[in-house]
Amino acid sequence: MSNNLMTGKRGLIMGLANDKSIAWGIAKALGDAGAELAFSYQGDALKKRVEPLAASLGSDIVLPCDVGDEASIDALFDSLKEKWGTLDFVVHAIGFSDKNELRGRYVDTSRANFTLSMDISVYSFTAVVQRAEKMMNKGGSCLTLTYYGAERVMPHYNVMGVAKAALEASVRYLAEDLGKDGIRVNAISAGPIKTLAASGIGDFRYIMKWNEYNSPLRRNVTIEDVGGSALYLLSDLGSGTTGEVLHVDAGYHVVGMKAVDAPDITKG
Amino acid sequence: MSDVAARVKKIVVEHLSVEESKVTDNASFIDDLGADSLDTVELVMAFEEEFGIEIPDDAAENIQTFGDAVKFISEAS
Repeated sequence: MSNNLMTGKRGLIMGLANDKSIAWGIAKALGDAGAELAFSYQGDALKKRVEPLAASLGSDIVLPCDVGDEASIDALFDSLKEKWGTLDFVVHAIGFSDKNELRGRYVDTSRANFTLSMDISVYSFTAVVQRAEKMMNKGGSCLTLTYYGAERVMPHYNVMGVAKAALEASVRYLAEDLGKDGIRVNAISAGPIKTLAASGIGDFRYIMKWNEYNSPLRRNVTIEDVGGSALYLLSDLGSGTTGEVLHVDAGYHVVGMKAVDAPDITKG
Repeated sequence: MSDVAARVKKIVVEHLSVEESKVTDNASFIDDLGADSLDTVELVMAFEEEFGIEIPDDAAENIQTFGDAVKFISEAS
């Protein structure tokens, strides 16, 4: 599906891990629409995965960034400023929590992991937008990724649900701050997708089955579904939308109880 | 070689870009085949997808060699 919606626009994709990543679905949709892309990664294990994917979309700008480190974020944006001067969009697909706390009870969350999860999954977006703002012109657009576990209790999502709630709140505050300059800030709340990051969440297969049987569209969403919606929010098609959390979840968030035709499923 | 072993080997060879002859029963993904920690998670995900099974975390931690993988998948599928 090729189009010219992003022709002449340059942007940064943060948090790509492999070809199952939601960030990959977004990068592909943007690349197919003519965007010029840069990628950031953390650590050599991710570098070797990101480089070939970036190359396949014609990008040779692959830069290191540890979002837990202010100097590292500064260095990333300094490099981008040197290469491009200005920036049109940023995609933030980053989160972290100790996987041992993504099962069992939220009440047992440790202070150390709570703080780390909030820092990497929430503050990092604010820190990135802070730098991006200085390089963006009117029409700039920032996007992060969230999940329904921010709004309702989902099994095992625990401290990530709390972090995503804070992330969604920060999207609204950032939208207000940057709106005066014509820069938009939004989030996509994607349904469950089997990614590398999701492999850290307990009973994930069960969660996916439940969504497939009970969402209005009776299926799970794909990274291509998310890519299409991201293209809308990052291109001028979404020019009137900011501060929004757009659900790309096959409609699951409107459902109040198990579908009558959904089979009873047991774990596994 | 069983059908399961052949399918597992194909995934390992493609994912880790190693020669087929190196993928022996005792070959450790990390020590012998050059896998990093993300590779091991990606391999488990690829096995789950190929065979339509779920490999729980505690089982995944015990799958360290090609032989371990074939044994677990043969018993699970």
